Amino acid sequence: MSGFRMLVARDLKLAGRQGSDALLVVGFFVLGAVLFPFAVGPDAAVLARIAGGVIWVMALLAAMLSLDRLFQADYEDGTLELLALSPLPLGFLVLAKCLAHWLTTGLPLIIAAPLLAILLNLPADGFATLVLAMALGTPILSLLGAVGAALSLGARRAGVLVSLLVLPLTVPVLIFGVAAVDAAVGGYPAGPHLMLLGALFLAALPLCPWATAAALRHAVE
Amino acid sequence: MSSLHRFANPARFSRLSRAVLPWTAAGTTLLMAVGLYLGLVVSPADYQQGETVRIMYVHVPAAWMAMGCYTSLALASAAALIWKHPLADLAAQETAPIGACFTAIALATGALWGQPMWGTWWVWDARLTSVLVLLFLYLGYIALVNAFDDPQRGARAGAILALVGWVNVPIIKFSVDWWNTLHQPASISRLDAPAIHPSMLTPLLLMALAFLLLFITLLLMRIRSRLIDRRIQVMQQREIEG
Repeated sequence: MSGFRMLVARDLKLAGRQGSDALLVVGFFVLGAVLFPFAVGPDAAVLARIAGGVIWVMALLAAMLSLDRLFQADYEDGTLELLALSPLPLGFLVLAKCLAHWLTTGLPLIIAAPLLAILLNLPADGFATLVLAMALGTPILSLLGAVGAALSLGARRAGVLVSLLVLPLTVPVLIFGVAAVDAAVGGYPAGPHLMLLGALFLAALPLCPWATAAALRHAVE
Repeated sequence: MSSLHRFANPARFSRLSRAVLPWTAAGTTLLMAVGLYLGLVVSPADYQQGETVRIMYVHVPAAWMAMGCYTSLALASAAALIWKHPLADLAAQETAPIGACFTAIALATGALWGQPMWGTWWVWDARLTSVLVLLFLYLGYIALVNAFDDPQRGARAGAILALVGWVNVPIIKFSVDWWNTLHQPASISRLDAPAIHPSMLTPLLLMALAFLLLFITLLLMRIRSRLIDRRIQVMQQREIEG
């Protein structure tokens, strides 16, 4: 287990040394969402209606944008091969990398989400649910993204490819994430949607690292 | 299972597929001719949908094949990952474009039917949406397989993606169903008798069989041409090396 902690600490330290990277992703998230009022008009009612969806879609895109950080650098300098040889099972290693990735991208997105909710005029009833839904949903994005990032290691134009591979798989997260926010805003219980998001997370937690480990093994062999 | 491994030998596959191909091709032509004749000429127009109901004879088999091809893609990928049969890799890679075409046909014919029936080319209904996502899954697979300079690496990555997608398809289907539904419920795979008259069911099933045979024919032809292509490459390599 100490190897797991060390790997998380190492990835966090690396992200800290390149501090601006994590901020760039949040910047993209905020800027992208701010473009919507310019595109659809500043009408408060319209913005309130689409706010939940816009925030979720932007979170999805921002998560895709940051996936190249997950394995690419370690793959290029050979660290990944050494990690694959370590006694720690490759699945645990992937889990550690996903956790570090979530802490450096998912968490900042969750913190920035209420700010966007205010800018986009999301009714106040939806705030808590939005944060809760994103807390359940963004780890799934990191886990699914890890599969895509591992599969496209060494591919041409890997950045675009990852989005093409992963975005269709994230449709359920988007559906239940937005449904939870819409339910809370409309005065319905958001619980069922949040539970389904939780179920997706619990299903992704063992399955995605397993598939990612298989993909990494083929990438480094 | 061991009996299946016998067919994984490329030389044996070549011999067998050459013998089988004329029959599947002839069967496709015959069934499609009869099915289209029965469907487009003989079968009655629907009392509600009129003549547009005939689009069903292409649309429904294409949609079935779109889903069937993805399962066959996943099965071939699993075989390729577990037993490392080169033929299974080829089968998976050659299934994908065919499946993507069936999916595109299902979507296009659905839009053509939707325009007169629903008054719009496209609605964000559950089934349409999940078929659209299925098309993206096919395209993602094809893009990933072709994105590597080393074809072996592309094949392995594609196989894992196909399996991940296969696990996800029911989840996507379920969540999209939850999200919205407007499409009519299934009328054939019901527990009681099918809610469709035999005069329409016969051409539909004939067309479904024709599409299945078409898939097998195309798949065998594509795998054969890939094998021949590979042999040509080896021969050219030898010539260069002298």
